[in-house]
Amino acid sequence: MSDFEAILEAYRRSGGDPSFLRSPKVGSLVVHGNQVLGANEVPGVHMETEELEHGVRVHVQVDPGARPERPVHLCFGVLPKEGRQEILSTFEIGEGAQVEFLAHCTFPNAEKVVHLMEAQVHVAKGASLKYAETHYHGEGGGTQVVPRARVTVDEGATFVTEFALTTGRVGVMEFDYVVDVAAKGTAELVTKAYGKGTDRIAVKETIRLNGPYARGLAKARIAVRDQATSEVVGTTEGNAPFTRGHVDCVEIVRDQAVASAIPVVRVHDDRAYVTHEAAIGTVDKKELETLMSRGLDEEAAVDVIVRGMLQ
Amino acid sequence: MAQENLLVVEDLYLIREDRTILRGVNLEVPRGVIFALLGRNGSGKSSLAYALMGCAGYAPSRGRIFFNGEDVTGLSITERARRGITLAWQEPAHFEGLKVRDYLALGMENPSRERMEEALAAVALPPLTYLQRTVNETLSGGERKRIELAAVYAMRPRLAILDEPDSGIDVLSLDDIGTLIRRLRDEGTTVLLITHRDEMVLVADQAALMCGGEVVRIGEPTEVRRHYARRCRPCEVVEPVEAPGGGYERL
Repeated sequence: MSDFEAILEAYRRSGGDPSFLRSPKVGSLVVHGNQVLGANEVPGVHMETEELEHGVRVHVQVDPGARPERPVHLCFGVLPKEGRQEILSTFEIGEGAQVEFLAHCTFPNAEKVVHLMEAQVHVAKGASLKYAETHYHGEGGGTQVVPRARVTVDEGATFVTEFALTTGRVGVMEFDYVVDVAAKGTAELVTKAYGKGTDRIAVKETIRLNGPYARGLAKARIAVRDQATSEVVGTTEGNAPFTRGHVDCVEIVRDQAVASAIPVVRVHDDRAYVTHEAAIGTVDKKELETLMSRGLDEEAAVDVIVRGMLQ
Repeated sequence: MAQENLLVVEDLYLIREDRTILRGVNLEVPRGVIFALLGRNGSGKSSLAYALMGCAGYAPSRGRIFFNGEDVTGLSITERARRGITLAWQEPAHFEGLKVRDYLALGMENPSRERMEEALAAVALPPLTYLQRTVNETLSGGERKRIELAAVYAMRPRLAILDEPDSGIDVLSLDDIGTLIRRLRDEGTTVLLITHRDEMVLVADQAALMCGGEVVRIGEPTEVRRHYARRCRPCEVVEPVEAPGGGYERL
């Protein structure tokens, strides 16, 4: 099996549909280790790539006003048990453009794999970027993943991202996103992870609402069991008049796992309004007993509840 | 113990936080009937339901529960559910991210879309709309209640314990609930209907009245209803067993 076929198979196992990566009508990029195995541009979406010693540099340019019909699919993976992959990316979303990316990062055999994602994102005036990223790290817990992004959302623009690592083991995850939002812009960050064994999850989500009427939501849904740990720091700053922000963190803890949540709310203008909520606890007893009264055993019932929260 | 009884409760006591909630409950529920358990708030009806289901914190301090001839007193909720007992909760739980279709399928032996649609239609909810909804806070209390009843109906249990199935449902829809309860029975499910609303008792084949943690009367639904309406007073206090009677009238 070629590397391309192998990575597509891993993509499928991580929840992606490989047919999109073969279709000429769908924008796509496939990277294995430091090799670009496939890249397909569609009108209005341009991708430049450069292979590095331990990864790939990617520049994605979406033309002003471009509105691709279908999401652009990205697939990053490392198939060997050991390896290091650095994805250094820049996304330039032109004024008024509307685009959606679906990214899958898959390391199914990882025993000692490091995946570093360093992204610079600019969403120009009135543009909209939706970026959904799903990870699969296999069952060994041998992956260290470090997704970092610095995002600038211009006036009236929208940035929505959802990061999910809910199947298989996490390993070590150090998530760090910082988003600056200009006037009337919107940012929504959603992070979901399910830690098991000795997994370690650290999430930092920061939204700075810098222009009047900017909006922001930093949301985290984390479940940990066994000896896993999680720490979530959600920060929202209201730095301009009439900004609205919210930090929302829910964590479910089982066994000997440990979770912490630190919602940080900072307001520099008395006309801003920023709120937060954080809840950490075990599975709700009534939810659990309801599912058990339908015949599920406790383990299966907990799984349904946790997976529902992580949906 | 007569074999024709699906559920038999013998001398059941339940103590929670040093208070005696159930005090020697005896009950026989025949197979294939709607059996109404009537009583005021605080009389111990829901506690009995949780004890029958095996909920945490509701293990009886004395007495036994037989289901289909088997002593199930020490069994877990799951084990009881797998034997055919289920409970429609008075205030059903919400589930973030769980679709109605998946919730209905949980208790079904062979989940099918046809059966799910039938279950939702039975509680007067348009299936095409509701199968895609999520069992979360976006549902109203009445909608959630109907979905709970639909889930029980879809499960086809041998014994359905319905805890105040009419609460939170508008008066105009009470007939729907009565129809569903009869339909459950007619399709082979024995129903233990728990209610404080005396007119609901009329849907039942047999009835019992609970007061102060005891079953104080068993009989025809009309007769039990009459006693409840005329003579029952609020259950203000459930006293310890050793103490003299509290502020309620004995029937």
